[in-house]
Amino acid sequence: MSSFIKNTKEVNQIVIIETDGYLNKEGGEAIAAICYEKIKAGQVKFLINMATTKVVNSIGVSILIEIIEKLQEVDGKIGYYNLAPIVSKTFNIMGLTKYSTVFSTEEEALVDL
Amino acid sequence: MTTPTVELKLPILPNMELIATQTADIIANHMHLSEEQAGEITMALIEACINAFEHSKTDGNVFIHFIIEEDSLVVKVIDLGIGFDKTKVEIPKIENKIGKDERKRGWGLQLIQELMDSVEFESNADGTTVTMKKNIKQ
Repeated sequence: MSSFIKNTKEVNQIVIIETDGYLNKEGGEAIAAICYEKIKAGQVKFLINMATTKVVNSIGVSILIEIIEKLQEVDGKIGYYNLAPIVSKTFNIMGLTKYSTVFSTEEEALVDL
Repeated sequence: MTTPTVELKLPILPNMELIATQTADIIANHMHLSEEQAGEITMALIEACINAFEHSKTDGNVFIHFIIEEDSLVVKVIDLGIGFDKTKVEIPKIENKIGKDERKRGWGLQLIQELMDSVEFESNADGTTVTMKKNIKQ
């Protein structure tokens, strides 16, 4: 597993992926690899905990757009929580918040995703 | 007194943009910029560096100049590559990317322009200079 992925767990049929460090191309691909594997296994709901990802680039975030697209095919959803303000702003500018949801906490995300 | 300037020379290697962002953090702290402004500078700088690394088509270096002015921080990202025509860069929209064959990337210029107070592009066959300015909020 990539060192970018700190932890993966499942709660109430939601896959929660905790990341660590710079969300660049490799980081995005690491998230995508887990999501695609889980989608094949029938999972359709994903949360990304980005508490220790303070820096992103648009290439890494673009891979999240690919995941959103893939999830649309299976009527799935993805959300994020514990985002740094600049990460949240970047998601807004790139339009991710039109197709996925930013939550404040894991508790809120587990209820509302 | 000359304007204080910090200059970096970055080789085109993976994740070298993070060296520039660490320098930007120290300068933002020195200038007492807000966390929001520092984050915006970091993100814009990452995108400008990645554009230079990916699109300059050169094996050379990318140069970053941080110019500390009284009421603003000016950041120049300079490459000596092949240049680009900004008029040919389309403004990306996620609606045009989701569910379509279009590539999902291509957000760098949009992010830079949204996050900085002013941005200028100078580009020709000898290279590109992106000049980004963040005004200090009083």
